[in-house]
Amino acid sequence: MISAYRPGTSPIHRLAAGPKMAVLAIAGTGLFFVTGLAGTALALAVVIALYFVAGLTLRDIWQVLRPLLIFMVLLVLAHAWLNGWEAAFAMGMRLAALVLLAGLVTLTTPSSAIMAAIESGLQPLAKLGVDVEKISLALSLALRFIPLIASVGAEVREAQRARGLDGSLVALAVPLLVRTLKMGEDIADAIDARGFGSTRK
Amino acid sequence: MNTKDIVFIALFAALTAALGVFPPFTLPIVGVPITAQSMGAMLAGSVLGAKRGSLALALFLVLVAAGLPLLAGGRGGFAVFAGPGGGFLVSWILVAFVVGLLCERFWRNLGFFQALGINILGGILVLYPIGIAWISLTTGLSYFEAAAGSLGFIPGDLIKAAIAATVAVTVRKSYPLIEAPRRA
Amino acid sequence: MIRFSGVSHRFGEREVLKPFSLELAERRIAVIGANGSGKSTFVRLINGLLVPTSGSVFVGGLDTKSDGKEVRGKVGFVFQNPDNQIVYPVVEEDLAFGLKNRKLPKDEIARRVETGLARFGLSHLAKEQTHRLSGGEKQMVAIAGVTILEPEIIIFDEPTTLLDLRNKRRVARTISELDEMAIVVTHDLDLVADFDRALVFDEGGLVFDGKPFDAIRHYEGLMG
Repeated sequence: MISAYRPGTSPIHRLAAGPKMAVLAIAGTGLFFVTGLAGTALALAVVIALYFVAGLTLRDIWQVLRPLLIFMVLLVLAHAWLNGWEAAFAMGMRLAALVLLAGLVTLTTPSSAIMAAIESGLQPLAKLGVDVEKISLALSLALRFIPLIASVGAEVREAQRARGLDGSLVALAVPLLVRTLKMGEDIADAIDARGFGSTRK
Repeated sequence: MNTKDIVFIALFAALTAALGVFPPFTLPIVGVPITAQSMGAMLAGSVLGAKRGSLALALFLVLVAAGLPLLAGGRGGFAVFAGPGGGFLVSWILVAFVVGLLCERFWRNLGFFQALGINILGGILVLYPIGIAWISLTTGLSYFEAAAGSLGFIPGDLIKAAIAATVAVTVRKSYPLIEAPRRA
Repeated sequence: MIRFSGVSHRFGEREVLKPFSLELAERRIAVIGANGSGKSTFVRLINGLLVPTSGSVFVGGLDTKSDGKEVRGKVGFVFQNPDNQIVYPVVEEDLAFGLKNRKLPKDEIARRVETGLARFGLSHLAKEQTHRLSGGEKQMVAIAGVTILEPEIIIFDEPTTLLDLRNKRRVARTISELDEMAIVVTHDLDLVADFDRALVFDEGGLVFDGKPFDAIRHYEGLMG
């Protein structure tokens, strides 16, 4: 599975995943209280500076913003029309800063570290009866199943194409789901057989 | 929660990811691209029920947050949550829960029209208010302005609700998991 | 040793195994029968994945009903479709899965995974993504994932059905070289020709118990 992670050794890379996510949550919330052209421009500049600290490039910044570009242009135009240009640019910069900050965490932290941080973040909940071992199993299983379901989907699609039913989402989804569910029963048996759960009647 | 529940949760998280690889198609007239992915929430709810369905979507979103490019168009990471569409994403958990709850309640007489109604209720009436609120918060647009900008997606979601309802009712006949989770 | 004492099993109204008693101690045992004959239920009773609706199953003196977890430690299970057996996205992680359930220390797990891979000639695949493996490689990984738990008995549920001839032979050779007691459910009559004992199931009943050669003739007679 390919993630957006860019390996590196910058201070931002070295910061542990848990604290990094906490900083993101706090700074992201803080951004909502920043208004005005000067404040949002400063926030955006700081975030961009952090990209360079992390050894990332303008290309990376562009790739984080690209999916949002059309939306941002429309948003700035709508704001300009409704509230004037100053508010429009402030809003555009604030949104860009928020999205870039979140993107920075993803670019500098391996997915496995983020998942491990989430798992250990859940550890205190174990006292409340949350089974962290099961959550960890579910995460691994989901990663294992994505290519598996994609290949089952490709098989089903081929079979339906042979019957002239391609293009019908229902003709694809029903057999895919039924096969997936049947597979699920067998996989659960296999997991139990290797000593995970307990017996079922 | 036995092993089978965990497996089903993981399978529907993966299924939601797999739905993201279908090429998005653009609605005529409205011009808004729609993807099959949000159907994952409706399907998880109507096949697995409220608890397992909503956990499946939560698991999917954890993987997305971890940076895996599982959203339609190969997107992933925290940025998609921080962006204006984040509210819609997080609401998928609630969509699966509400759809699941209602499917459990009406399981005995669950025909196409009941399932359609449930999916519209969960997939539109629950989803949009939260999604729109988040747009409004992140963009500074007023709630009504944000709502006006989101209306274009509703025809696509109506189509998806209809497809999900058809699938759910068909799967319910051949593989009922909510009421009688027994193997043959 | 495995002992079935007055065992029968039903799913709801449907009786899938009629009452029978049986003792198994041979090193190589074949289980033969048509689809729906009850043979899959039979083997699932041995490792406690299912517990009988009446009667008891004992494995090495342990009752599958009360000591399910211990029984599954003694009895490994290799399924027909390795895709349904492999749990983790990377080969070595998958081999470690069962060991982690035993709460073994990390270095002990790493050591056992290494030996387990080497035993089946899989060392070069340790870091490979499981979904990239061929069908035959997947089945070998599944077998390695089970033997690594050092069970006394291994059940194979139609282990060669989905494989091509080359991989069928590879799996057959692997099974014949195992030190552990093996119980093999199969339609592949060549696979079990030199086994010590063969059981034939039909319509939920144990209809034959003897040498594989005679069992195969009996089975072919049943199939018409």
